[in-house]
Amino acid sequence: MRFLRTILLVLRKDLVVELRSGEILYTTAFFAVSCVLVFAFGFVREGRDLQDVAPGILWIAIAFSGTLALGRTFERERQSETLRALIVAPVDRPALYLAKLIGVTTLMAAVELLIVPLAALLFDAPLFRHALMTAALLAAGTVGFSAVGTLFAAMLVRARSRDVLLPILLYPLTVPVIIAGVRGTAALLQQPEPDLAIARMWLSLMVSFDVVFITLALWTFEPLMTD
Amino acid sequence: MAMPRWFAPLTVVVAAMFAYAPISIANAPIESTMLLVQKIFYFHVPSWFVMFSGAFLCAGASVRYLTKGSREADHYAITGAELAVVFGLIGLITGPLWGRKAWGVWWQWDVKLTLALVVWLSFVAYLLLRRFGGPGSEKLAAAVGIFGAVNIPFVYYSVNWWRTIHPKTSVVPTLGPGMRGTFWFCTLAFMLLMVLIAALRVRLERHRALVNDLYLELED
Repeated sequence: MRFLRTILLVLRKDLVVELRSGEILYTTAFFAVSCVLVFAFGFVREGRDLQDVAPGILWIAIAFSGTLALGRTFERERQSETLRALIVAPVDRPALYLAKLIGVTTLMAAVELLIVPLAALLFDAPLFRHALMTAALLAAGTVGFSAVGTLFAAMLVRARSRDVLLPILLYPLTVPVIIAGVRGTAALLQQPEPDLAIARMWLSLMVSFDVVFITLALWTFEPLMTD
Repeated sequence: MAMPRWFAPLTVVVAAMFAYAPISIANAPIESTMLLVQKIFYFHVPSWFVMFSGAFLCAGASVRYLTKGSREADHYAITGAELAVVFGLIGLITGPLWGRKAWGVWWQWDVKLTLALVVWLSFVAYLLLRRFGGPGSEKLAAAVGIFGAVNIPFVYYSVNWWRTIHPKTSVVPTLGPGMRGTFWFCTLAFMLLMVLIAALRVRLERHRALVNDLYLELED
């Protein structure tokens, strides 16, 4: 009960701060849109996009903007040492991790609400043909990415050169999520018929990745955040 | 902090093994389809064995460091990561040389190549973090080491479902008798070399930590 209350309190604090300033949401969303555009200029020739290009661009935009959101979220906690205050508070550390994870995932989901329709529109991709499966793939991928990202971003708060270290650490470790996300989405977009069996296979890989890495992060968060 | 007693004899054995390795490789039968190029295999595959052993050494030591807080374990962790990066680099250089002749391309997005590259990158990231992360980055690095090793099966399955053309793992048991002997001889030589380097590196790290402590004491 106390555990849930801690999660809700920290989450509410983060959301209130974000709703009042809108800083991370607006900047990250605009960054994601720019990302999609830059890749579109790279891959669209004579008005037609290369086959299979939409899922790749979509997931790269998610990964890049997610990195930005992670960095900004914890940069905010670094000012006035508020992360230290959270850590020394007499609450369960895993609850802090989960609250941050839910917060980052919510932010990334808000950005995805913008760029998924944009990608569908710009690349004429039938992303809403199986809307539920698309949503499931996006959810599993986003949770996997932010599960690893939240732990590392939290730990990097005290490190030097954290801005560049976060993507360096994060991308090699989230390769399975990116491959699964891109291939799963590509299977859904396949013409003329989507390959649901393949999409389900990739979804199951991402779900197992999520379970393993959230467990691992919950276990390591406690020893990592103590001095 | 003297070197362990087995260090000097082992050095002699490893030196002799590496001196004999080229002779053994030259005498091994020539493979029927890839001909002479295939001989790079005797150094290429053992390098990967050492890289993965280094990665698991780093992950195991990191678990111990995080749970027990033992600094000695941390010395083993950085040793494992450095071995993984150095021998991974040997594998990444010998692999494309072989691939260019055998497959006609330098690089293929095949499961073994991609897995090796991703694992190698994870441990390069580990070393970059330790080098540039500032004080307290050992703990964070320990998490990276553990996550990097746990990630291996996920990368394997995701790339495997994505695509694959590399010779199957079953290639080793099906090697001709003359080739198999040379292969395991080279593997043993590489593994023993790894033990030697690890012993040296752990000792160096111990000294470094000691000097650091003395420095801090002097300042206080």
